[in-house]
Amino acid sequence: MEKKNLISITDFSKEEIIRITELAADFEQNPHQKLLEGKVIASLFFEPSTRTRLSFESAMNRLGARVIGFSDTTNTSVSKGETLHDTILTISNYCDMIVMRHSLEGAPRYASEVSKIPIVNAGDGANQHPSQTLLDLYSIKKTQGTLDGIKIMMIGDLKYGRTVHSLLEALSHFNAEFIFVSPEELSMPMEYKNGLTDKGLKFTEKREIGEEINSADIVYMTRVQRERFTDHMEYERVKNAYVLRNSMLANTKENMRILHPLPRVNEIDPDVDSNPKAYYFEQTENGVYTRMAIISYLLGVKK
Amino acid sequence: MSKDKKVQVTAIENGTVIDHIPADSLFKIVRILRLESEINKVTFGTNLESKVMGKKAIIKINDRYCEQEEVNRIAIIAPMSIVNTIKNFDVVEKRKVVIPDSIEGFVKCGNPKCITNNEPVKTSFSIIKSEDITFKCRYCEKNTYQSEMILIK
Repeated sequence: MEKKNLISITDFSKEEIIRITELAADFEQNPHQKLLEGKVIASLFFEPSTRTRLSFESAMNRLGARVIGFSDTTNTSVSKGETLHDTILTISNYCDMIVMRHSLEGAPRYASEVSKIPIVNAGDGANQHPSQTLLDLYSIKKTQGTLDGIKIMMIGDLKYGRTVHSLLEALSHFNAEFIFVSPEELSMPMEYKNGLTDKGLKFTEKREIGEEINSADIVYMTRVQRERFTDHMEYERVKNAYVLRNSMLANTKENMRILHPLPRVNEIDPDVDSNPKAYYFEQTENGVYTRMAIISYLLGVKK
Repeated sequence: MSKDKKVQVTAIENGTVIDHIPADSLFKIVRILRLESEINKVTFGTNLESKVMGKKAIIKINDRYCEQEEVNRIAIIAPMSIVNTIKNFDVVEKRKVVIPDSIEGFVKCGNPKCITNNEPVKTSFSIIKSEDITFKCRYCEKNTYQSEMILIK
């Protein structure tokens, strides 16, 4: 079998994306499938990330694989100055798959060229985080019953937010309609908007959440970070415009669900949490099933 | 006019003449063709008058013939250049340079957080042909534009 990696969401075809969501649903129905007994998976977190690491390691354990690795590089040869090339080549001799996070962008793609076993990107700087995108898609499919023709409102930092860019690319396979809500400084980059235009997909841009929220099937929240602003006065002026409050949800669609890649800081008011349309914590549970699907698909135990 | 040209840079018997190089791109092309380590005779001329370009540069390399792949690398710096093959003082072939679909090495990725700028990894880009030629990094997936391009070494 040819080695298959997951580095960027564009590595998966539309059919593969659909297949992952089906497999995730299957694992949710029946989480006790020890398909990877006797396998060893390395979990290499060159940059710490509690949530993603534990979600991946939970998925590996539920599949019956043994997990080796590190959660930061302090006590590893990386801190002695070993190159990524040597680290990956060595560890790829110890295991059947590597899941890695790295602060340098492109590190997992390079690792996939060095390694003879599959590499899964668990986040590389501001570049890609494809398992997040797939779990977002699974959450959309689970709550809406379909991935086709979804109207999604993306709110917050649309310039630097890697999750919104990958989700946009994935949803462009499925005839989605987009509403972008962001401050001017953090608006959706031109290359992504041009990509949508080329595919004949509809989008609108807003500076405020407004009434448009009532037409959305999915509201995807991201955090507007102070450090992203060159002008801190501007941040103070706009920050409250991108906070979601329960009062704004009164006339939203019945099927509408709110997603957030987490961690949340203050962009979703806690008064939203008890609203049945708040879905961001269920979304994290979907992450484990999605990662079980990704791992078992790449290792060929699920087709 | 053609007489003047001959006075400006002497003719070669056999080899390659790269003409219509923008004067300010000469040294970039020297680097991209690795002419620093060329063993054959090389003649450069720059700030020469050109009716079309104002000021141009020219490179003449004795006894070396350039492959198309090599020639295309020139295109990312000077897409208007013409590569002449000279045999026996005659121009036997005039080639336009074609912007390649991809390039490895030579160009530095503009993203300081890219793996290629932090570990010994050779750069690799796919090239998007637009007004400002765009280099899409194979690794970090970020774009570097020709107008801000830095050559390696």
